[in-house]
Amino acid sequence: MSGVSRRALPGFGLGLGYALVYLTVLVLVPLAACLVKAASLGPSEFLAAAWTPRAIAAYKLTVGTSLAAAAVNVVLGLVVAWTLVRYEFVGKRVVDALVDVPLALPTAVAGLVYASLYVPNGWIGQFLAPLGIQAAYSRLGIVLVLVFTGFPFVVRTVQPVLEDLDAETEEAASVLGASRWQTFRRVILPMLVPPALTGFALAFARGMGEYGSVIFITSNRIFETEIAPMLIMTRLEEYSYAEAAAIATVLLGFSFLLLAAINYLEYRSKRNVG
Amino acid sequence: MSASPAPIAPPAPAPAAALDAKPLKRATRDPWYVRWTLIGLTLGIVGLLVAVPLASVFVQATAKGLGVYWTNLVANADTRHAVFLTMVVAPVAVAMNVVFGVAAAWAIARFRFRGRGLLITLIDLPFSVSPVVAGLVFVLIFGLQAPLGLWLRDHGYQVIFAPPALVLATAFVTFPFVARELIPVLEAVGPDEELAARSLGASGWQLFWWVTVPNIKWGLLYGVILCNARAMGEFGAVYVVSGRIEGQTDTMPLRVQKLWEGSDNPAAFALASVLTLLALVTLVLKVVIEPKVREQTAAARTAAE
Repeated sequence: MSGVSRRALPGFGLGLGYALVYLTVLVLVPLAACLVKAASLGPSEFLAAAWTPRAIAAYKLTVGTSLAAAAVNVVLGLVVAWTLVRYEFVGKRVVDALVDVPLALPTAVAGLVYASLYVPNGWIGQFLAPLGIQAAYSRLGIVLVLVFTGFPFVVRTVQPVLEDLDAETEEAASVLGASRWQTFRRVILPMLVPPALTGFALAFARGMGEYGSVIFITSNRIFETEIAPMLIMTRLEEYSYAEAAAIATVLLGFSFLLLAAINYLEYRSKRNVG
Repeated sequence: MSASPAPIAPPAPAPAAALDAKPLKRATRDPWYVRWTLIGLTLGIVGLLVAVPLASVFVQATAKGLGVYWTNLVANADTRHAVFLTMVVAPVAVAMNVVFGVAAAWAIARFRFRGRGLLITLIDLPFSVSPVVAGLVFVLIFGLQAPLGLWLRDHGYQVIFAPPALVLATAFVTFPFVARELIPVLEAVGPDEELAARSLGASGWQLFWWVTVPNIKWGLLYGVILCNARAMGEFGAVYVVSGRIEGQTDTMPLRVQKLWEGSDNPAAFALASVLTLLALVTLVLKVVIEPKVREQTAAARTAAE
């Protein structure tokens, strides 16, 4: 599927030109403006803005809750993907469609409903409160909504790989004397690691940026339940634009590292499959 | 690049000679207790994570009766304005990204040029930027602390804390959707029909409207639906640039949050139920259109062979 000659089909210049201008104006220049603003601070001021104990606590919380949620999603995603591909049961198509809900449901709705479900007198919170578990307005609450928003990723990356797995591989393992569990551990699971890892990275990246759902369910206590995007908001409301830009720059740094990691994972899994 | 064929369900194992079918069946099938445990777990996970929250939205929205539900939706001028604003901002942002998506996909799928790989990566860039940061960058450019913001205000243009900034922030966070959907579709369809039309004397735009658009229409629609769902539901980015002025810059998700902050839970859930319905409609459309996208690209591929 190679490209055609630029003389054979029109519109190369127009298409590429428009795409580049739009990309530059809408994405690249604004992001550059953020970096320039942050750079206007000078190294020591930058650190004083973006590397304070409060900011570090916010980064740790953001990364920590996102990692925890992504890890939970790997386990949930493997179970759900396996079930959806391997078994037949009533309502399977509905369950399969429901997996995509977190992608389509506005995050504000997710935050609103999760907060109301997990408060001590909510539908689910009433069962947790006697156990001493406070799910709403705590770090656990943040992890909960991040599990929701990141739920589809692992399912949707693992599912196609499981579907493409041919029965012969498993039959061969069985004929060679492997038990069902050994076949899973040694033959199937290794093939699921790359897609699960991609799904993990996608869910993690989604969690790192999440804001809409989190602000409903966190108490926004400094050092405790304040995620990094909230700190940016606080700085903005104080008109500390450069400080906000500095914290945003740190977050952008995290994001780009993640983007690079995801691209690398996808490249590797493609190479292994193809 | 070899595009992998659309994933199809694995063919059911042919009932071979009854003799050796049994051990082989056991090799690919899990014992019943594993099956039932995993099915139970899946129902539990999806139920607790997705189904219960969905149901709870509608239950809480209508808890005080359908009359109150309806009043909550239509009686409040600020809520009505939020619905109106979302219905303006989302389509404009989607339209901007459709034009970009078509232009970028045309260049990327039909031609080879230096920096093509880089461009593909850059298209994904907004996905990895936190929505709050996406909003912040526009405040930094168009805010009144910035020269451009001041200049625009002096010439009578309000960008930040006004609909233009809402559109920009929304377009930023939904930037990749259409392009990402279109590039693989356009690549799968291939240039043959366009080349044929060209040799028969079609002009560039004739070729585009009569050959390319019909060939990619399902993929395009699919991208528009995903983009629109995200645009209407966007929270973080518009939260930052809106200034949250009641009755002026509150979109539907922002209005939900404000109602909830004001402890008006039934009203918050009433508006949230509308957003939820929109999300469910999106998912139904997605399920309907997905096979058509696959069909169209598959048909194009067999025609090319």
